[in-house]
Amino acid sequence: MLLISCPWCGSRPETEFVCTGEVLPERPADPNAMSDAEWVDYVVMRRNLRGMHDERWWHVRGCGSWLALRRDTVTHHIRPADGTEGNNG
Amino acid sequence: MQRYSFLTLARNALSYHEGWQRVWRSPPLKPAYDIVIVGAGGHGLSTAYHLAKEHAVTNVAVIEKGWLGGGNTARNTHTIRANYLRDVSIRFHDASLRLYENMTRELNYNILFSQRSMVDLVQSSSKLRDLRRRSMAMALHGPTYNIVDVDEVRRLIPAMGDLEDVRLPPLAGVVHPEAAMARHDAVAWSYARAADSRGIEIHQQTEVTGFLRGPDGRVAGVNTTRGAIRANKVALATAGNTSHVAALAGLKLPLVTRNLQAFVSEPIKPVIDVIANFPDVGLYVMQSDKGELVIGGGTDPIPSYRQGCHFQTFEDTVASLLELFPRFKSLKMLRQWGGAVEFAYDASPIISPTPIGGLYVSTGWYGGFKAIPVGGLTYAHLLATGAPHPLAEAFLLDRFAGLKFLLEAGTVAQR
Repeated sequence: MLLISCPWCGSRPETEFVCTGEVLPERPADPNAMSDAEWVDYVVMRRNLRGMHDERWWHVRGCGSWLALRRDTVTHHIRPADGTEGNNG
Repeated sequence: MQRYSFLTLARNALSYHEGWQRVWRSPPLKPAYDIVIVGAGGHGLSTAYHLAKEHAVTNVAVIEKGWLGGGNTARNTHTIRANYLRDVSIRFHDASLRLYENMTRELNYNILFSQRSMVDLVQSSSKLRDLRRRSMAMALHGPTYNIVDVDEVRRLIPAMGDLEDVRLPPLAGVVHPEAAMARHDAVAWSYARAADSRGIEIHQQTEVTGFLRGPDGRVAGVNTTRGAIRANKVALATAGNTSHVAALAGLKLPLVTRNLQAFVSEPIKPVIDVIANFPDVGLYVMQSDKGELVIGGGTDPIPSYRQGCHFQTFEDTVASLLELFPRFKSLKMLRQWGGAVEFAYDASPIISPTPIGGLYVSTGWYGGFKAIPVGGLTYAHLLATGAPHPLAEAFLLDRFAGLKFLLEAGTVAQR
């Protein structure tokens, strides 16, 4: 079980959260201005990294905050996404 | 190739079993091949076999970073079934089942194929509607998927406990009589032996570290831990690591890799002779020929290459097992493991050329064991002829370009 550091609630068990996958680039302001290929790339293509992975978590069974984590997809070791070492590793 | 039969067994027994041939060779690595297949698992080896058998393409190397059949081919729960929803998926997996039925004879290797049927217990009305729809879709194509009542499920799975007290009351069952299990290692070994005997080379301990590119940007081979190998075509069959390997060529794919766990109990006397599946609670259980209960659940809910135990999923699966089979509460578990499976954005496989010339992918296999024969057949067709096999025309990568998703949620333990 992972311990996830919520900015509001502190360290909470993983089962209170939902992981919604990798952090995507900002949603394009005007999709109609993009080519189809760029839009498809944004919608379906994923980096799916083996190693350090920036991802979104949602504290759905807690305070409802959204947060970003940097987690190693091989070891499940967690670092905060701001690049600091954090206290959670 | 030395044929296996009662006579060869008897003859070799007389000479103290010292006369057996090696099952496949370990030839020296050549600098160039027509086709390099990356990944010597079920799909890679089946592709190699079908390249040689149907298309007489034998200047092929199958390269593997670890040992043959040591990835997801060794980590699955050896279930073969065709209960899917979409027309193309049903036809594709039904064809695979038919190839499995004949594989022991065709490859002269006993894969311990055991067609013992799968029984689903349905515990929610939404799942019942979903499976009834699937049953009707399958009736159009051949494989059987029959709705039965709960009493029939009780009769087919007598090891189940009293269903009075389960949290989700059972509503009905569905029976898929063609479903089977087979010895997973033997599937890899039999294809390796058959491909090798037709001249295809298998190179283990050869990991891809990069791609050779031609002046026009085409992939012209691979760099490996044992040096460069030139090839006209490079075909990825790398199970959970396809995103990682494709990224070495600068290619991004619509995939997410997750951990799928299974575990096995100590061997006990026969108690379950079907594949028992409980889609509403995320559990399936069957008994291997050795007597071990093979137990699995849903995939872990986070992206992962860990191939290990994610405790909450493990605990959920065990809780479901003990609710439905209270008598297993004193059973000891012998082994637990995980495999890295990749999900395409629409949960259907991808067997396709890529935007990079000379590079092909076969990916998106979660539950790819059941598709090994037909995956190899269709991938080999694509590699040899350049055109997709009629069974796999829907599985091209360019379906995503038009956002034409082939939505399929045919997983065993989809919640």
